[in-house]
Amino acid sequence: MIHFESVTKDFGTRTAVDQVSFTIDKPHMVGIIGRSGAGKSTLLRMINRLTPATSGRIIFNGEDILSLKGAMMRRWQRDCAMVFQQFNLVPRLDVVTNVMLGRLNAQSTLKSMFNIFSADDVNTALAALDRLGIVQEATKRAEELSGGQQQRVAIARALMQDPHMVLADEPIASLDPMNAKIVMDALREIHERDNKVVICNLHTLDTARNYCDRVIGMRDGKVVFDGEPELLTTDVAREIYGADESFNEAATSTAIDTPDASVRKTDPAGAMTPAAAAVV
Amino acid sequence: MAVAALEQEILSLRKRRQLYSLIGLLLVVAVLVSGYSKSNEMNSGGFLQGLSKFFDYPGEIVLEAWNAGPAFFGLIIQYVPAMLETLNIAGVATLIGGAMALVLAMASTRNVDSWGPLIPVVRRMMDIMRAFPELIVALFLIFVLGSSPVPAMIAVAFHTAGALGKLFSEVNENIDRKPIEGLSACGASWLQRIRYAVLPQVAPNYLSYFLLRLEINVRASAILGFVGAGGIGQELRRTIGWGQGAGDETAAIFVLLFLTIMLIDQVSSYLRGKLVGSGRAH
Repeated sequence: MIHFESVTKDFGTRTAVDQVSFTIDKPHMVGIIGRSGAGKSTLLRMINRLTPATSGRIIFNGEDILSLKGAMMRRWQRDCAMVFQQFNLVPRLDVVTNVMLGRLNAQSTLKSMFNIFSADDVNTALAALDRLGIVQEATKRAEELSGGQQQRVAIARALMQDPHMVLADEPIASLDPMNAKIVMDALREIHERDNKVVICNLHTLDTARNYCDRVIGMRDGKVVFDGEPELLTTDVAREIYGADESFNEAATSTAIDTPDASVRKTDPAGAMTPAAAAVV
Repeated sequence: MAVAALEQEILSLRKRRQLYSLIGLLLVVAVLVSGYSKSNEMNSGGFLQGLSKFFDYPGEIVLEAWNAGPAFFGLIIQYVPAMLETLNIAGVATLIGGAMALVLAMASTRNVDSWGPLIPVVRRMMDIMRAFPELIVALFLIFVLGSSPVPAMIAVAFHTAGALGKLFSEVNENIDRKPIEGLSACGASWLQRIRYAVLPQVAPNYLSYFLLRLEINVRASAILGFVGAGGIGQELRRTIGWGQGAGDETAAIFVLLFLTIMLIDQVSSYLRGKLVGSGRAH
């Protein structure tokens, strides 16, 4: 589906992402872990073309998406929706408009200048909000919502784009454990119900283990681990994070449940938020 | 040891700063004193001798206005159309200038992804537009286009575009880039990003500066009447030029001008307060 070929990004003399090559051939939920500054965000931003790559190729459906320009590039950006750590909504616009902005790429510039969205767009946006269980907030300003709610609006905007894949750049890093669970459940549900690739940068190992089908570990811009989450032992984690014997991940774990409550292994319906499950 | 050395350094730094402040203050006083003595030498009469005659002319105007009695209010109403003409010049000029300023600001701020090579060009353009006072541009245009409100309107709009464009561009510098990035990631075009990620953030500040500029432009338009651009300024020039006898009319124009400007100032500062307040509400 998507194939990375020695993708590299230099910032001046520093190499943030160094010759990264791997292939995602099934609609997996992929977690990328690693220290701050390991190049996780840069890698994700290169896929969405927010950050230009220095060299390498990313092939999707036979096309090198790093060479796309202009309208073709924006069309690709629509196809790979991005969710950010800081949500990146427009604070002063209401929630439903924020979600409909996911459709901007499909709209003529003239129409969008006058804030004209069709009834169909409004319905789709409301359905996306309903799926994430926050349709009752549709008319509030985005800035009035809590962090967890804002992140769900951002995911609804991503759904509105009707993308091939969803990229999430540390989506739960600024959320409390409860909201983190709701957001991760929502991403997992998108993966399972819509059969989409979800690539997710994560800071917590237990989240990666519980939600992802595949984990990629990065260190200093290089891929140092790539495999199923079962293989992610404490020794491997020490290797990825460059930590010594004193490293104990339980100390910083954000899980509320006991560590064995893996969402991935239970039945798929369990991965949904209560509200999302009610819609089905 | 290190703390003692740091203390010495901070103390000497503070002393040096105080010295600089003192030198600055002395310079200002010296400039004021020399400027006064210079201009006093050049004037035909002395400043102090002239001071006693300062209130003669206003006294005369007030006396004539008093003698006019209730007819004075009739005079005020008589000049309302001229005042409206001035307000018209200011209003149209602020609208046109503001629209131009919006375009210029969006084309000259790196923070909103303006096209790189264009930024310095547009910035210099705005500098030039700002550098010419309305009066100079209006004099030139009246010479070319003849005496009418249109040259005044163009002159004020020209200056407004430069002045507001600079302020708008500074507002753009301070916005949050996260919404822009969010919309980029959705595949939104530049215009769409400006419309949905930039405008909602800057609108309250833009409106506030726009109203402030409207206030300034009402005063500027009144002055432009002096060079033949019509409106209340032209009437004022006529009545002042006639000297004695037209004092009541001059007073009526002064009162009208004063009331109008005060009204606009009050309304606009009230609206601006509300705008900024709503921005802070959440």
